[in-house]
Amino acid sequence: MAGPAKDTKITQEQVALTPAEMAKDLLVTFLLALAILGPLVGLRTTSGSGTLILEYRPLWAFGMVAAVVAVRLLSLLYGMGKMAAQGRAAPQTAALATAKAKTAIDWGKFLAPTLLVLAVALPFIAMLFPQMERRIVDLGILVLTYVMLGWGLNVVVGLAGLLDLGYVAFYAVGAYSYGLLATRYFPAWFGEGILPWAFFVTLPIAGILAALWGMILGFPVLRLRGDYLAIVTLAFGEIIRIVLINWMDFTGGPNGVSGIPRPSFFGLPFDDSPGGFAATFGLSPKPIQRIVFLYYVILVLALITNYVTMKLRKLPIGRAWEALREDEIACRSLGINTTNTKLTAFAIGAMFAGFAGSFFATRQGFISPESFNFLESATILAIVVLGGLGSQIGVVAAAVVIVGFFEVFREMNFLKAILPEGFDPVQLRMLAVGLAMVLIMRWKPRGLVTSRDPTVYLKEKKAVSADLVGEGHG
Amino acid sequence: MSTFPLNPLLRVEHLTMRFGGLVAINDLSFQAGRNDITALIGPNGAGKTTVFNCITGFYKPTEGMITLSHDDGGDFMLERMDDFRIARTAKVARTFQNIRLFSGMTVLENLMVAQHNTLMKASGFTLGGIFNAPGYKAAHRDAVDKARHWLETISLIDRADDPAGELPYGDQRRLEIARAMCTNPRLLCLDEPAAGLNPRESDLLNRLLLSIKNDHKIAILLIEHDMSVVMGISDHIVVLDYGQKIAQGTPDEVRNNHAVIRAYLGVEESEEDTVAEVEAIVEEAVHQPIEREQGAAPLGNEDLPVMTTGAVRSTARTAAKTATPARKPAARKTKPVAKKSARPVARKAARKTAKKGGRT
Repeated sequence: MAGPAKDTKITQEQVALTPAEMAKDLLVTFLLALAILGPLVGLRTTSGSGTLILEYRPLWAFGMVAAVVAVRLLSLLYGMGKMAAQGRAAPQTAALATAKAKTAIDWGKFLAPTLLVLAVALPFIAMLFPQMERRIVDLGILVLTYVMLGWGLNVVVGLAGLLDLGYVAFYAVGAYSYGLLATRYFPAWFGEGILPWAFFVTLPIAGILAALWGMILGFPVLRLRGDYLAIVTLAFGEIIRIVLINWMDFTGGPNGVSGIPRPSFFGLPFDDSPGGFAATFGLSPKPIQRIVFLYYVILVLALITNYVTMKLRKLPIGRAWEALREDEIACRSLGINTTNTKLTAFAIGAMFAGFAGSFFATRQGFISPESFNFLESATILAIVVLGGLGSQIGVVAAAVVIVGFFEVFREMNFLKAILPEGFDPVQLRMLAVGLAMVLIMRWKPRGLVTSRDPTVYLKEKKAVSADLVGEGHG
Repeated sequence: MSTFPLNPLLRVEHLTMRFGGLVAINDLSFQAGRNDITALIGPNGAGKTTVFNCITGFYKPTEGMITLSHDDGGDFMLERMDDFRIARTAKVARTFQNIRLFSGMTVLENLMVAQHNTLMKASGFTLGGIFNAPGYKAAHRDAVDKARHWLETISLIDRADDPAGELPYGDQRRLEIARAMCTNPRLLCLDEPAAGLNPRESDLLNRLLLSIKNDHKIAILLIEHDMSVVMGISDHIVVLDYGQKIAQGTPDEVRNNHAVIRAYLGVEESEEDTVAEVEAIVEEAVHQPIEREQGAAPLGNEDLPVMTTGAVRSTARTAAKTATPARKPAARKTKPVAKKSARPVARKAARKTAKKGGRT
């Protein structure tokens, strides 16, 4: 409660920023930028005739310093304008913050159906750009996969407040369940006839197996809290990957599993055979048809994940998850078995990862342990955290920003024309993603969507401001 | 001193809790009557909250038995049960000294979480709930009605949809009690419910507690420092000091009990020891334990009342706060002078009561 009052005070002080103070600020900025950029940009070593030659680039250095100072000036002017506007307004209170959060929810209500319509229509929109169609739908599939993984992890991290750094392990369990069952066991057990159906048969099995692994991991681990839980889940993720690499007989080791059957349109294969999808519907067979089908499969899977999660949130189990995140001791004093509650969160999160893994295997047709390294876990966790813990729509936004940015940068060849010689946009994409993360964390430290929607209400649904919502501590 | 209630709801027998070398509760026995308000009072660090944590299963007692017997004959040995099972099956609810609400959830949600076990069963452990089973919908409505009833009782119905963390302090205290009541308890344990309340709020609290006792027929075990609450509503008071019971009885009996007065206020004007006497006692207090330490008598053995003379006990109090058994002589000497005059008398009183009634 002390926060807003303090902010107001600062506001009033900063409104009265004199030109002299501003000049001082800019001078400091200039000196700092010069100190950092001067040696880094202004001096360059080139190897000529066997020795290193120091090359001076004052124009480059001063150009960049000037740019930094200009940005600082603009931000000062912008900040002053904004603060002046705020200073005139009544002092901010927690109630106002909640009111603000409320408008955000209304906006979110409008946003979600728009996004849904957009998602459903995407393959048709892509058709308008024939040369990029495949690329757009592929990107859509990738983003949706991460949205689904983000939603699954959101159950564990966002709702139950358990930091899981090894989420990709369950993704791997799902992928290998499908890969191994469909290539090795199903043909032996049921004959080749099962293969067009393999994906739909394996999907629930993969989910169950991943949930089982979630529980196997959960039992010993969930007594740990906070950092310790994070480290053990991280280790578990690595153990799964290393077992996959080393268990040659079963998993194929680093060679992975190849020849995984592609999904069929409920029994109709996507090929030019007379019994295929295209022939049955009187279309000309095109490879894009399978991609579009895959797109809708992952869309449906993601929507199921979202629906189940939202439903669970409103059930006693979901409320217990959130209560656990808020205060574990209070939960125990109310007779909630916290171990079981954590375990269900872990298992359900893992189950969705298993579904997504199964989809990943059928989409790629080939899986290897390389696909399930720690970077994947980190990316999914980053999506959840940037989106705002516990927020479903935030996860979508963050997945689009992180995964979308990452992939779009591969295609930005036109940037080469703008950028100076030797600057490759493909190499800048890590930098751009990092910058995006820093900016989001700077302006939205609690993630993109920072309010919590109550699960039950008497008269009026008021969003809870994120300042009050706990982050969980394992 | 009054006798124990005839048909007690809660029996605490020979409860001892040690943290390493520190004895937080030493051989404590008391009972809480069915449909009584029993208050547990004592100076800071007397071990009251530790008793609560033992009863509600957050600590496992070192020794002793805690039995809760329901009206319908069910007996529960609380010292052997997990904390959440005590709340779920033995039906003991508690509040906390530092309020522990789910501050990011709304007031109504807090009360819904309290009914978790009932709702879980009704939702068929979530499976029925996902498919909107009619049984679950009815249970959900009942739960909301119950929450509404309690919100009306504590007059927070208008704030039902606000986050619990935004409520004023006094409202948070009452909400925590309402949340505990939503678990359908047989015994309600309140840890300093009046702490930080103004006189008007503590009057409201008194009325709430009396209504819980009279209208809902639920026994209350209460830790409290606010004497207007304790004396106003308690049927039975147990006084602790240094982990031992120094007195018990009705409010009137306790109010006039010398041991209690000494424990709280130190020595009375009329029987004040001369400075020399006090100094002699302090000397004894400071030196005796040193000899005892060399004599290898472990802390917490049979003759603890004699051993824990004032000076050592205040060290024990410091130790209780830092959770280390600090027994350095230097720590004893830094004792404030004001305490010196009070403590030895309290020690004598403790010794007297320990001999008289501390051990049953």
